[in-house]
Amino acid sequence: MLPHGHVGMMSVITTEVFFFASLIIVYLAYIGKSISGPTPDELLSLGLVSINTVALLASSATVVLALKALRSGNHSGFLKWLFATIVLGAWFLAGTAIEWTGLIGDDHFTLQTNLFGTTFYTLVGFHAFHVTFGVCALSFIWLCGFMGWIKEHHHQNVEYVSWYWHFVDSVWIAVFLVVYVVGR
Amino acid sequence: MTTAPYIPLSSKLHEWVTTVDHKKLGVMYILSGLFFLFIAGSEALMMRWQLAVPNNDFLPPETFNAFFTMHGTTMIFLVGMPILLGSANYFIPLMIGARDMAFPRLNAFGFWLFLFGALLLYFSFLGGQGLSGEEGAPNVGWFAYAPLTTTTFSPGSSTDYWIISLFVAGMGSIMTAINLVSTILTMRCEGMTLMKMPLFAWMLLVDALLILIALPTLAAIQIMLLLDRQFGAHFFDAQAGADPLIWQHLFWFFGHPEVYILILPAFAFVSEVTPVFSRKVLFGYSLMVAATISIGFIALGVWAHHMFATGLSPAVLSYFAGATFIIGVPTGMKIFNWIATMWGGHIRFATPMLFATGFIAMFVIGGLTGIMLAVVPMDWQLSDTYFVVGHFHFVLFGGLLFAIFAGFFYWFPKVTGKMLNETMGKWQFWLLFVGFLVTFGPMHMSGFEGMPRRIYTYFPGRGLELWNMLSSIGAAIQFFGFLLFSINLIWSLRNGKPAGDDPWDAWTLEWSTTSPPPPWNYAETPTVRSRRPLWDLKHPEDPDWEYE
Repeated sequence: MLPHGHVGMMSVITTEVFFFASLIIVYLAYIGKSISGPTPDELLSLGLVSINTVALLASSATVVLALKALRSGNHSGFLKWLFATIVLGAWFLAGTAIEWTGLIGDDHFTLQTNLFGTTFYTLVGFHAFHVTFGVCALSFIWLCGFMGWIKEHHHQNVEYVSWYWHFVDSVWIAVFLVVYVVGR
Repeated sequence: MTTAPYIPLSSKLHEWVTTVDHKKLGVMYILSGLFFLFIAGSEALMMRWQLAVPNNDFLPPETFNAFFTMHGTTMIFLVGMPILLGSANYFIPLMIGARDMAFPRLNAFGFWLFLFGALLLYFSFLGGQGLSGEEGAPNVGWFAYAPLTTTTFSPGSSTDYWIISLFVAGMGSIMTAINLVSTILTMRCEGMTLMKMPLFAWMLLVDALLILIALPTLAAIQIMLLLDRQFGAHFFDAQAGADPLIWQHLFWFFGHPEVYILILPAFAFVSEVTPVFSRKVLFGYSLMVAATISIGFIALGVWAHHMFATGLSPAVLSYFAGATFIIGVPTGMKIFNWIATMWGGHIRFATPMLFATGFIAMFVIGGLTGIMLAVVPMDWQLSDTYFVVGHFHFVLFGGLLFAIFAGFFYWFPKVTGKMLNETMGKWQFWLLFVGFLVTFGPMHMSGFEGMPRRIYTYFPGRGLELWNMLSSIGAAIQFFGFLLFSINLIWSLRNGKPAGDDPWDAWTLEWSTTSPPPPWNYAETPTVRSRRPLWDLKHPEDPDWEYE
């Protein structure tokens, strides 16, 4: 039979999928429904967020490389690729922070402004919250690895965190399409 | 004669608080469920006292609103869920021959989240007043429709209590569901393929999957509502362009599967009890599995039948009415399978079987009134009347609670090593059965007469007095049934007959270990070859696996 961690982690991801599905459905239902401005095409630009997206998607690849290195006993490679993943995740978060600073500081656009603001900050914010959690988890693993506590036989546990990371990336593809392509 | 070593109370308590054992957690779940059953039942009794005669002033309207909200919320989230998840916790590892659940610490965490969420909900009676000066307990109904729950219409903190406590308790349920899915799929003993599992395990597997799919939606809308109330967001603010129906759609996308989350474990109890007391193999095992899975799927696509009166388009109405009719088909298959199991069997009407039979009869009535409500024009007439209240009490009381009692009387000997008293059990059944019919039968009539649900009183001379008086008399009869159950519980724990390992001559694995089972469950991992491993053991000359 499967290791129980496989099923457990897939169950966690299933339940998370339905959580984000609810947020996305509400976002889609409310596109163009705001009574007052500003509208998404006035505020959102694709420049910064595209770079962010590339960074986050690249981090899915680096975490795979890190796991591969761990499995083949290449400890320094594991730490290197894991570090790259953390940097890319942090980059994504920094990009989001820059975008939000502009929106809140310059455009005075907040959760309270209109329906668009409400759904935008909730959906993008909950995703960013999950990225933050992922970056913390990866950093914890990196720290343990750096201290030499992570051995080859821990690869299964690292793999589960990588599943979570892939999930966070996939959700971003959906969020990106919904918020920046369909909704704009 | 040996005496048990003296253990001080503090270390006993410490043992229960720090335990990660699935059996101890299961017992704590069930005890919390019974505790809240007592509270929510008292709330119901007071509401029936208020409604016994027209223009009564026993309960002020605000208190009545809080009571029906707390009664519904408590019965579903703090009685139904913990008793079902607790039974699953206790019996799934035993039934599939495992040492414990897949993630014991997550299991303990889930339980404590549930308990503290539950206590937070009841703290609202005290804390709501103190924090804001507004009303105490939540009073917006168990489905807390927005925009009624936005700050404009529900100021104060009572609704925030509802949101946060159920969010916390819901997280606990999700963790238990993760645990159940992992345990059932990966920890079965040797020889137990999926199609050799007890039906109990199949039904709880589908149940846990439904929890994983439905509960996050509730969590999401609770977060949205909290953002609206505390941070000035506009999810449910029609003046900002929000759709006033969005809460209802998303709530019922959770809320309807929730009904099946509650009733599937009830099906599971009855599917274990009926064959043992009919001395026959369960009829149509594979069909039962198929019906369970199809119920799981269809349950996700019928939610808007709770919203027929909100002005949906004819196409949407037709789809949801049709889907609701269709879900009656797999449910009907189960009813026929249970009846076919009993057909021609040597039925022993011990208390578990009485309750199981009562369940089947009452659930059929509740199911049929459900089909009536799926007819759209009928629903337009009856929506939000006492007919609906009667309908879902036939499903959740005559259905769920009777099944819980069937399971309780069946497995109590396994958990405690003592039998519950049969005489008191039979009296309890008949008191509850008669009281139940007298309470909830007339509600269909007052509903037809046009009595809306959730009102604190009514005028005389509109044909409602008799039906309401009957309902209240029935509630009083039930009170004695529940009282007898409490007495039986305490009396049997002290004086009950020793049960032995297998008092019912049953066939599933849990009866092969001692009562109560040791912390390690089985000294050696069992191996099974059929769906009735204990039959094979007891009848080596005619084992089941030759025919399966």
